[in-house]
Amino acid sequence: MATGAPNRKKLAPPPAGGLRRLKALGPALALKSALLAAIRGFFHLRDYLEVETPVAVATPALELHIDAVRAGNKFLRTSPELHMKRLLCAGYGRIFQVGPCFRAGERGNLHNPEFTMLEWYRAKADYMDILDETRELLIDCAQKCLGRTWIEKNGVKINIADNWQILPVSGLFEKHAGWDPARDYDENRFETDLVALVEPRLPRDVPAVMKDYPAGAAALARLKKTDPRLAERWELYLGGIEIANAFSELTDASEQRKRFEDCARRRAARGAEIYEPDREFLAALETGMPDSAGIALGIDRLAMLFAGADSLDQVLPFR
Amino acid sequence: MYSASDLRKGLRVEIDGAPYIITDFNFVKPGKGASIYNCKMKNLITGNTLNRSYRSNDKLDEPKLEERTMRFSYVDGDAYVFIDKNFEQVNVSAEVLGVARFFLVEDIEVDILIHNDRPIGVELPTFIEKEIKETEPGYRGNTATNVTKSAKIEGGYELQVPLFINQGDVVKIDTRTGEYADRVSVAKGS
Repeated sequence: MATGAPNRKKLAPPPAGGLRRLKALGPALALKSALLAAIRGFFHLRDYLEVETPVAVATPALELHIDAVRAGNKFLRTSPELHMKRLLCAGYGRIFQVGPCFRAGERGNLHNPEFTMLEWYRAKADYMDILDETRELLIDCAQKCLGRTWIEKNGVKINIADNWQILPVSGLFEKHAGWDPARDYDENRFETDLVALVEPRLPRDVPAVMKDYPAGAAALARLKKTDPRLAERWELYLGGIEIANAFSELTDASEQRKRFEDCARRRAARGAEIYEPDREFLAALETGMPDSAGIALGIDRLAMLFAGADSLDQVLPFR
Repeated sequence: MYSASDLRKGLRVEIDGAPYIITDFNFVKPGKGASIYNCKMKNLITGNTLNRSYRSNDKLDEPKLEERTMRFSYVDGDAYVFIDKNFEQVNVSAEVLGVARFFLVEDIEVDILIHNDRPIGVELPTFIEKEIKETEPGYRGNTATNVTKSAKIEGGYELQVPLFINQGDVVKIDTRTGEYADRVSVAKGS
């Protein structure tokens, strides 16, 4: 430039929540749509009944660290678990639901206060039966949505059709944190070490399953008959990201009531709002729930992993 | 007062009496466990960074911060005097201004960040224009911008400019980096 250039004004970047962003999300929206279709197809073929349970509920499930959003004189559900278990008690032995759940204050790359959850329950099954079914579901969904069975996370390929690594929680903690949480459970230490020492060392190149949690870390799960210090619960991790949580369900009404009371006490101690126990759920449990297993799987996170994305920002149109 | 669930990138908080801005934020919640809020923060006065983790029950103070749009008026000793549209005056020290003090021109509009009535930062427009007061003579016809030489503006601030720039030329400077951005006009008679 030989002569003075005109004063150029710097153009402002496009607004983050604008239509431009929505247009750019086209492939992610198509993927999510295909994923929902694949999930429904999978369960319908296996004679599961798709159900809908209330989104606005009188009382949310009591969980120590899950806080509900208020909606008028009700709450938005944090999970459909208790209503689905009432259907189990009524004799519906194979049910699934895909729908929105809400958790107050949970926002981050892997969290959104409103998210889509898949839950399914099966009578006469335990948590390991559900694990086999989860593997078949994910292989089927990957094939239908991606045309392949592998996904890629941080440059590492994870083949969902490979053997899944099943890792007992006690062993993982002994190896990476130097103590066994089943022997004497310390909730704060368990969570701190889980995030800082155990989760980062889970295998990243195959699906990894953490199995058999300390009883204190599974309020709605059945205890193991062979070792009552442990609960029949597992969590699935893909590329180090938690994707699903499954239980052999607790069917003992008086034990369930006791755990709700204990949970309410601990919520009070941390200064959290206490929710009334769900009496209708407890009454249904008293009439008898078949031995069952159930699972909750985060659909937004799964779509994120299928898309090869790092953050829910890349798959959720509205954040 | 903020609770941990208010924390997010860009939020300003007060820690031990100093204002911080959260530059990186990461929410973690393992399984059925408690929420952990990991924050990377920058001290708005010293620029030092800090990593802190918070749990749901933690509370943080809100800093008393105010941002005021003002115009530069004049220099009074070590104080740079800014005036707003109601002719209220704020004095900012050379130390707080840092290198920005070289880029002030009369009546330039800036945003001043004030913490507990003390100015702690001044944000200038992205580009300002300054005359080159001192540099080696330019090479006529050499319009390459990848070869540079040093030049000084008023106040002695030194920057790298292309070889074709002459004393008396007016150049555009990027105030975020303090670097040459463009030539605005050529010195009379060259």
